[in-house]
Amino acid sequence: MSAISSTALAILNARLIDPASDYDGPGAVLVEDGRIVEVIRGTHAVAPAGIRVIDADGRCLAPGLIDIRVKTGEPGAEPKETLKSAAQSAAAGGVTTIVIQPDTDPAIDDPAMIDFIQRRGAALGLVNVRAAGAATRTCDGQRMAEIGLMDEVGALYFTDVDRVISNTRTLQRVMSYAATFNALISCRPADPWLSEGAVATSGELATRLGLSSVPAIAERIQLERDLALVEQTGARFLVDQISTEGALETLARARAKGLEIAASVSVNHLCFNEIDIGDYRTFYRLDPPLRSEADRQALIEAVREGLIDVITSAHAPAPAEDKRRPFSEATPGAIGLETLLPAALTLHHEAGLDLLDVLRPLTTGPASLLGLEAGRLAEGAPADLILFDANAPVVIDAATLKSKSKNSPFDGRRLQGKVLLTVVGGRIVHGDV
Amino acid sequence: MRQPDALTDLIRERLMPFPKAHFLAAGDLNAATAPALLDLADAFVDLNRSNAKGLDLMRGRTVVNLFFENSTRTSASFEIAAKRLGADVTALSPRTSSVAKGETLIDTAATLNAMKPDVLVIRHSASGAADLLSQKVGCAVVNAGDGRHEHPTQALLDLLSLRRAFGDVGGLTVAICGDIAHSRVARSNVALLSMMGARVRLIGPPTLVPGDADRWGCEVFHDMKDGLQGCDVVMMLRLQLERMEGALVPSTREYFRFWGLDREKLAWAKPGAKVMHPGPMNRGVEIDSDVADDLSVSLIQDQVEMGVAARMAVLAALSVRLDGAAA
Repeated sequence: MSAISSTALAILNARLIDPASDYDGPGAVLVEDGRIVEVIRGTHAVAPAGIRVIDADGRCLAPGLIDIRVKTGEPGAEPKETLKSAAQSAAAGGVTTIVIQPDTDPAIDDPAMIDFIQRRGAALGLVNVRAAGAATRTCDGQRMAEIGLMDEVGALYFTDVDRVISNTRTLQRVMSYAATFNALISCRPADPWLSEGAVATSGELATRLGLSSVPAIAERIQLERDLALVEQTGARFLVDQISTEGALETLARARAKGLEIAASVSVNHLCFNEIDIGDYRTFYRLDPPLRSEADRQALIEAVREGLIDVITSAHAPAPAEDKRRPFSEATPGAIGLETLLPAALTLHHEAGLDLLDVLRPLTTGPASLLGLEAGRLAEGAPADLILFDANAPVVIDAATLKSKSKNSPFDGRRLQGKVLLTVVGGRIVHGDV
Repeated sequence: MRQPDALTDLIRERLMPFPKAHFLAAGDLNAATAPALLDLADAFVDLNRSNAKGLDLMRGRTVVNLFFENSTRTSASFEIAAKRLGADVTALSPRTSSVAKGETLIDTAATLNAMKPDVLVIRHSASGAADLLSQKVGCAVVNAGDGRHEHPTQALLDLLSLRRAFGDVGGLTVAICGDIAHSRVARSNVALLSMMGARVRLIGPPTLVPGDADRWGCEVFHDMKDGLQGCDVVMMLRLQLERMEGALVPSTREYFRFWGLDREKLAWAKPGAKVMHPGPMNRGVEIDSDVADDLSVSLIQDQVEMGVAARMAVLAALSVRLDGAAA
């Protein structure tokens, strides 16, 4: 086999979906040396001789998904997830870039740890493994982490993940310091006092079940504080996992004032509401907790309107022994890498969003926020691609998912959308056609 | 009082299979099965007052009391109830044993389940714990209180006490007063009393009454005088002392001044109104001793007595169901 044919690939006869250029139509993509060398729109493409050709048969070809909020157990809790099992899940789910969250043990809070994650990830040869750095050392909310040094070696953004920096002075310093490096700071908006001990959203169901709950306004209250600091410090800011209608209104107001603020939502909060916790089903114990149906509808509208820039899987593996507990004692979180695409496609199938609007916050949205080259079908871009059937029915069976933990709230659900092929840097890492 | 033989016959006549495999919440009963269970409990009251209390309805059956939270009266009540039915009873307080070694609820349940008990009576600090346990064991589970969720046998014994005091519960107006937000007793009583046709009011400061409690079909009051008008029954709830001292109410003396039941406040209710309390009482905090100890208005001692009879009815009915399953 010649040098060219080993790294060159043509995917013909596809329906290209490229949110970056707003193109949804027939076409083909040629790949060489890990990059996209040509994007042909229309039906006239013919592959050069001697390279591998894949006939997409009219199915969707899109940039690979970018998931900016992935937790693993490596280092520190490998039985629940390793970088390898997370990367395998990602490949199977059509996620070509994952951003590892820094609340590991030890925390990813110095440049050596960023480097460690990137090297370990690269050695797997599956998907692009990147990392977010801790905003404060050990995510303790007190002492600023080495934001500049971590930024230099490739940390994509800075966050204490689920922990809220409750000390306003600390967050103010983190933000103004990060602004010097144009580094992105991400915070969960959750008033720590109203949220203390809460496992559900305040409402009739939580009251009836006797669960400690947090009122939805706790999110808005904290977001108002965070945005005031953004305004004052000029930091680049990501609202992590927005989940309530009230906070969306706050976000929209800040945007209208011209503040550059990005927002992410977890796919779980687009698919489920508080009623799903039913009779104490701990796989639906999430953080933030599931909200009301009105909140869910508002989140879907915000994705449609572009108020929300990023959809994440909020992948948070937890082994059975941490989930098979009374609801209030169960570990919050759900896995989601492998189900991200079919879950997000419910917005297309059920809420009527077009595929470009569903894929934008999964591709070019996070890519432009984090300054990544990927996330688009363009000449010169990395050949991170997925081929998928948007309509194929699937029944999710958690036992067959590649994650080491099986805490999927989608277990047993009927969804539509199947990843047929995942290509990372021109290499097929999942599927065969 | 009936002769023992006639009484035994009456009990056998009234025996019924429990309507569900487990008793986890008041909603496991309905307007037909709850009165039938109370009829059975009435017969057990007579038995308990006689000189020959022992029966063999549960001979050879094993009841395990699994109390993760301290409770002298409820665990004693279940133990006495089971023993009077002839069951073998083992009481465990895992707080002091395996849980301290890191064993989870499910581990403990699996271990006990392997020893093949017939009934597991569980109390746990987490809402939903009894529900979870019932999914993981092969025996009948009775919820003796899970977090702030439900305490269904308490509601059943309260219903029994009320029915014996008033004849019929339908049409009564019952005020449940105090810490509704953290009370499993309130949740079970709201469900069962509403089911039996009583009107339920909830009275307490806004910090202790959930904001959406009106959606339970109850009237909510924050003022005792308004709330107690026309009530037949005043059910006081225990206020955990750690929730006082500025956390949810400013002080015990302020709480007693506005929401503690004394003669003056009781006079706002209907003449002849009865007073209840699930115990243990904080005298001088939510209830004045003068009211609590006045047997002409207080049903509090009755409640304790009815507790044994109501739990005997539940255990006996579960046992009948187990017999049916085995046949």
